[in-house]
Amino acid sequence: MREGDEIARLITFLFAASVVLVTLLLVFELWQGSVLPRHKFGFNFFRTSVWDPIFDQFGALPFIYGTLVTAGVALVIAVPLGIGAAIFLAELAPARVSDTLEFFIDLLAAVPSVIYGLLGVFIVVPLMREYIQPALKNTLGFLPLFQGPVYGVGLLTAGIVLAIMVIPYIISVSREVLLSVPRDQREAALSLGSTHWESTWKVVVPFARGGIMGSIFLALARALGETMAVTMVIGNAPVISASLFSPGDSIASVIANQFTEATGDLYLQSLIELGLVLFLITFILNGLARLLIVVTSQKGSAMSNA
Amino acid sequence: MKRIAGILLITIAFAGVLWADNALLINGAGATFPYPIYSKWFAEYHKANGAIEINYLSVGSGAGIKQVTDGTVDFGATDGPMNDDQLKAYRDKHGAPILHFPTVLGAAVPTYNIPGVTTSLNFTPDALAGIFLGRISKWNDPAIANANKGVNLPANDIIVIHRSEGSGTTYIWTDYLSKVSTDWKDKVGKGTAVNWPVGLGGKGNEGVTGLIKQTPNAIGYVELIYAVQNKIPYGAVRNAAGEFVRADLAGVSAAAAAASKTMPEDFRVSITNAPGKGVYPISSFTWLLIPGKFSDATKRDAIKGFVTWMLADGQNYAETLSYAKLPKEVVDRELKAISKIQ
Amino acid sequence: MSSNLRWRKFVSGFMLTMTGVCALVAVSVLFFILGYLVFHGGTSISWNFFTKLPAPVGEGGGGMANAIVGSAKLLLLASLIGVPVGFFGAIYLAEFGGGATTFVVRYAADLLNGVPSIVIGIFAYGLVVLPFKHFSTLAGGFALGLMMIPVTLRSTEEFLRGVPRALREAAMALGASKWKTVATVIVPAAYRGILTAVLLAFARVAGETAPLLFTAFGNRFWSPGWDQPTSSLPVMIFTYAIAPYEDWHRQAWAAGLVLLGLILVINIVARAILARGIAVPRS
Repeated sequence: MREGDEIARLITFLFAASVVLVTLLLVFELWQGSVLPRHKFGFNFFRTSVWDPIFDQFGALPFIYGTLVTAGVALVIAVPLGIGAAIFLAELAPARVSDTLEFFIDLLAAVPSVIYGLLGVFIVVPLMREYIQPALKNTLGFLPLFQGPVYGVGLLTAGIVLAIMVIPYIISVSREVLLSVPRDQREAALSLGSTHWESTWKVVVPFARGGIMGSIFLALARALGETMAVTMVIGNAPVISASLFSPGDSIASVIANQFTEATGDLYLQSLIELGLVLFLITFILNGLARLLIVVTSQKGSAMSNA
Repeated sequence: MKRIAGILLITIAFAGVLWADNALLINGAGATFPYPIYSKWFAEYHKANGAIEINYLSVGSGAGIKQVTDGTVDFGATDGPMNDDQLKAYRDKHGAPILHFPTVLGAAVPTYNIPGVTTSLNFTPDALAGIFLGRISKWNDPAIANANKGVNLPANDIIVIHRSEGSGTTYIWTDYLSKVSTDWKDKVGKGTAVNWPVGLGGKGNEGVTGLIKQTPNAIGYVELIYAVQNKIPYGAVRNAAGEFVRADLAGVSAAAAAASKTMPEDFRVSITNAPGKGVYPISSFTWLLIPGKFSDATKRDAIKGFVTWMLADGQNYAETLSYAKLPKEVVDRELKAISKIQ
Repeated sequence: MSSNLRWRKFVSGFMLTMTGVCALVAVSVLFFILGYLVFHGGTSISWNFFTKLPAPVGEGGGGMANAIVGSAKLLLLASLIGVPVGFFGAIYLAEFGGGATTFVVRYAADLLNGVPSIVIGIFAYGLVVLPFKHFSTLAGGFALGLMMIPVTLRSTEEFLRGVPRALREAAMALGASKWKTVATVIVPAAYRGILTAVLLAFARVAGETAPLLFTAFGNRFWSPGWDQPTSSLPVMIFTYAIAPYEDWHRQAWAAGLVLLGLILVINIVARAILARGIAVPRS
């Protein structure tokens, strides 16, 4: 290589290396910044549900619970809707319609969290409080899930807002994965006498199963890390309750609310430890998601080239 | 097209940098309790002193204490005075004390949104403690109904709303409850952020007011002006002398009357549940937290100038916003204390 | 037709219709959001909104001029940090890198991409706010810039790699050094894709609120220079939306409309650029 190349190589290497450095620094800061509660509470941090700044007792359980429940509700709503829409876009819709609709779905994915929060506060919360929650209480109120006072804000509301936010991810990734399923799979099923739905549901979707799972993991990772929309509608109460009507709190939400005022090192570092936990969970999920999606797409292209 | 957008963006940004004045910008953060009057003060002060901009962010007393201790803001504000540990932490970090300066007197009122009830309810200390402990869960509970004969209280679930972050208003409220209920004192205690037995969290006085406005059967505690400005009903509380008093300027001033004569030198004092007639029992001073030592002389002088103004002209804005003026004895002492700011 | 077949055909038609309904629901949400914002925000947009500073609590007539400028400054800084790192880093990965280093850098970028935005805020607070003892535009821009890096890096790398071999070989055959090839042939060939990547990364951070909460903090006045706290559109939306004042709600809607409008326009432009295709025909 010529001299100019060496310099170019060095400069671009420095930029690339800075990415690695900054990432390492971030992980290091999270780890170092949570040393007090890790030593004081150890694993009990994840089992205790008391969050008491006055008595210096910090337990992560209510936040882990809130994070998981809202994400769970989001998936229960978003996964069937998302996969259904993806199937429509991949199997049924003519290419033009499919591309146009996909364009709009991608735009939906670009809407920032705080706007969802805005709509959540002014539209979803009153809707929940006046109509949906009372209706659920009247019909399904025998389940502990739908008991208790109707606040409007709460775990269910946060879950619904999250569902709207993650649907685009499920749709666009699932659609791509479904489109990459080789033609002959469908045609083989159809030639054996199955209906369009049967060939889709029993052959194409299972083939794309890995990628679809990947899209669900991606959606889950987004739902877990969501801050603004959640903190505006979840009720901000660190409690654990069987009812979905109950207010709750999520990891991201409590950090956003209490970080700038956590006086005392233990308090602040407990919040940082929560951040570390969230980071680890989303990191693992994102990794798994990517693996699944890549493997499935490769399987599809390998088979269609065979 | 993109070129135009890019150029526009860069121009806006640089314009923002360049023309954004040579004014001195002072940053403060803290209590939401006095925010309505602070925002008025800082706007008026800027009108009178165009070269000084005091940027105050209403983020809660907890954040005010922390940020001023960390040194990321020039001054803080709180309605729950810093405790000895926090004072020591500040001293250790900065090598100088942090000074409390009372600014106004305010009241924390129980506000509620009960369908069909527009009058002012009477709350006994036991009723308030019971509601916030979660023991009293319905509006028509005898503990509430007995003090409000003739009011048609529905059999609905009470929805308690408290603060989601560290709050001086919480401090005032829990300080009061700790004084009137041993149960509360043992189970929950007093502080800017406590382990609430029940309820939803709202962010700031603003967030709590917003939630109460939108949620039927809700009850929460906010500074008086928030209830007044947003036209939501608030109740009367029974004071130590046995009277039901609705928060107003007279009641709040009465609460401060006794304490102002025996005010400690650092101005940290609690006036909740004060004895005497006509006293509103959940009253409090609110303080600015000003560093004892400034490295920047222009900032120091600007702040000293503001505090002097606040103790004179500033007090005249208080009553229109439903805050009570500081008692004269306190004002005099503060004027002397300003010299402590180095 | 046997009744079994009739049933299966019915199920097929029904389920496929249901999938159409799902798609319709998903897409209509977007239009619903847009419609609501236009309706509520449109009626609240006024000259005051764009030119005035916030007014004291409870008084009307205030605006978000400082928030708009603040957001512009934050995004400018974010781009100055995020774009060069992503761009030059991607050049390294696509042109110079080998085996282990490529893997490590990509892995780090993916990791950074997955970090929840609130955690980025924690990091920027510890790294920029505390040492300088100031909330600042710098800290906020840094946090947002960090978030731009992974998207820019990975997308740029992909587009660089997508440039056909033939081009590179032709340039080399003509005696160009590697860096000259990259600068004059490959980057221009991939320029549409790179621009798209940058625009999409920009649009993504334009709406971020969480990292700004403890970095840029907020300001009721103009923020001079780069080392003072600054107001920003997303944070103002958050603050005003949860408050009880009607006037503030109206301003929040207006700000939401402006913000979403900006983001959607950038997204549409970005995709349009890409849809025009790669500038060089494939061999």
